[in-house]
Amino acid sequence: MATLELDKIVKTFDRTTILHGIDLKVEDGEFVVFVGPSGCGKSTLLRSIAGLDSPTSGEIRIDGQNVNAISAAHRGCAMVFQSYALYPHMSVYDNMAFGLENMGMAPAQVQAKVGAAATLLRLGELLQRKPTQLSGGQRQRVAIGRAIVREPKLFLFDEPLSNLDAELRVSMRAEIRDLHARLKATMVYVTHDQVEAMTMADKIVVLRAGRVEQVGAPLELYNRPMNTFVAGFIGSPRMNFLPIALVPPGAGATLVPPGTHTIGLRPEHALIGTDGPIVMRVASVEQLGSTSLLHGSVGSDTPFEMVCNGQTTIAGGDTVRLALPREHLHCFDKDGQRLPA
Amino acid sequence: MAGATFLTRTRGRNGPDWTDWLSYTYLFVGLFTMFAPILWLVMSSFKTESAISQFPPSFLPYSQKSVQVAGHEKPLPLFMTKTEQGQMREMAQVRRIGIMATMVDPANPADEIRVNINDRKPINELKFAGNNYTDLFGKFRFGTYLWNSVFITVVATLLTLLINSMAAFALSKYQFRGQKAVFFLIIATLMIPPTIILVPVFLVINSVGLLNSLWGVILPAIATPTGVFLLRQYMLTIPDELLEAARMDHASEWRIYWKIILPLSAPALAVLAIFSVMWRWNDFLLPLIVLSKSEFFTLQLALNSFQGELNTQWHYLLAMTVITLIPITLVFAFLQKYITTGIASAGVK
Repeated sequence: MATLELDKIVKTFDRTTILHGIDLKVEDGEFVVFVGPSGCGKSTLLRSIAGLDSPTSGEIRIDGQNVNAISAAHRGCAMVFQSYALYPHMSVYDNMAFGLENMGMAPAQVQAKVGAAATLLRLGELLQRKPTQLSGGQRQRVAIGRAIVREPKLFLFDEPLSNLDAELRVSMRAEIRDLHARLKATMVYVTHDQVEAMTMADKIVVLRAGRVEQVGAPLELYNRPMNTFVAGFIGSPRMNFLPIALVPPGAGATLVPPGTHTIGLRPEHALIGTDGPIVMRVASVEQLGSTSLLHGSVGSDTPFEMVCNGQTTIAGGDTVRLALPREHLHCFDKDGQRLPA
Repeated sequence: MAGATFLTRTRGRNGPDWTDWLSYTYLFVGLFTMFAPILWLVMSSFKTESAISQFPPSFLPYSQKSVQVAGHEKPLPLFMTKTEQGQMREMAQVRRIGIMATMVDPANPADEIRVNINDRKPINELKFAGNNYTDLFGKFRFGTYLWNSVFITVVATLLTLLINSMAAFALSKYQFRGQKAVFFLIIATLMIPPTIILVPVFLVINSVGLLNSLWGVILPAIATPTGVFLLRQYMLTIPDELLEAARMDHASEWRIYWKIILPLSAPALAVLAIFSVMWRWNDFLLPLIVLSKSEFFTLQLALNSFQGELNTQWHYLLAMTVITLIPITLVFAFLQKYITTGIASAGVK
């Protein structure tokens, strides 16, 4: 149970700056997801919070206390690693008990806590196994178990699901969410997968090249992305971007505020209408049953995708006219920043 | 069964190929040249003193049969003797003067005859002289030498593992200024032959008062560049994330070393332990200069002392040589699995 504050965190390796002054406030009990493409500095930021790396400048506060000078062991954080980092020579039980033993806890108490965590994570049968004898999902649960037995102030997850297959990932996603609801602990979760971010987070922090692009609740980011990067990163299939030049002058003036350089439209918001201002050449159609996904282009070769409800008779090679619903348009200036509607 | 099929494998599908002949010949030549001397040593160690000096030498330990004859204190040696009548009889020798020997019939002690020594042949029997071994324990403070050797080997090996693994841990898992320089310095000492630093080592041992102390043999040998290098290379393959996970688990750096690094380096430690046992057990030069009193002798020094200026007690020397070979053989037999896995895992991962 803790709050976390980051104040102008800068991290420099040699002469490369990885983090350019990150400011962030995480409330008690919040589930925050750092999301961004690889190399954006999200793992470095997490490691700085954990105490495994120290920031070049800036302040990290847990529960209002500056922890910059406190070692990882004494910060009261627990971390789940991408590779799980289970101790291969120890049994599942010993893996989970190791942290408690290091804190000098009495053996009976250690046993009780490990037992409770094992029950919570359905690991009871596996306690005497070695990590190599476990499946990916089980290892994942042991890694989480190792984190929760110590009842840390702060949970840190570093892409914990990226080594699992797609099906397991979905169920583990729900399990971690569930765990959060039960423990009501503050959790910071790093992923490059925006679906994970959308489904799990109370608050998403979108990072790019060491800078925070936007912070907000999942739907807030989806509905009101502050710039083209966030707009393109959040949502699948991703948002379409049309240069304003492709919109016929008459139609454009009524739709968009002055200064608009690019307009964005999510695939599910594009409407097929016979008198729409935009002409799309359909290249291919994916029939998914409940919806249909149309791939094509607008103008010379600006890619465009749209989703129609139900099944469609449109086929590759067809041309459709699209209407641009005013309420769903996102307008960005020439720097890619959102313009107020 | 599996061993038999393994040993009789051939390259040719129907019977041996010419490469099979070649490789088996090569292997047998190798086996013979390497194993025959050891086999000869073991056999000779069971020979009596006189049988060792016998010419031509025999492979198996034969010794002359002897028999207790009434009226004589000691057992008399038996000979196949040609009597004047031209008969061959088993007779015991009472005494011999010049080329004439006085023989007696063991069944009839009163019946003595004199024969030329060329007319009789010793009767030999296969006899393993176990007292070569048993005498060692009584006569030569063998127990003391064995204890000294075992103490030096065990303590030096444990300390070698401890010191070298600590150095390797620091050099493989911590970033600090001069890390590379320190490592290269350690490796560079491999280029200095031990004999070159023998005199300085002696002077140091002398000035710290460790002459004629087992610690004077143990302490100079515990830090080995080979061990540091071997362990460091292995520890580099242990993922850093494990250490970070341990740090998040409140582990002190000592506990990380003791509970994470050491158990995970077990294969490399086993390899180093085997090397260290061999080095320390077979070490001769350092004990020779440090230990001059016989109560501190190791087995190797004791072996050397058997070889006197005027007289060498070969039967004891050989028996003791066999005994000194046993620990190394056992170490290899039981730990060879670790040698191969240690080398393999260091290479693959």
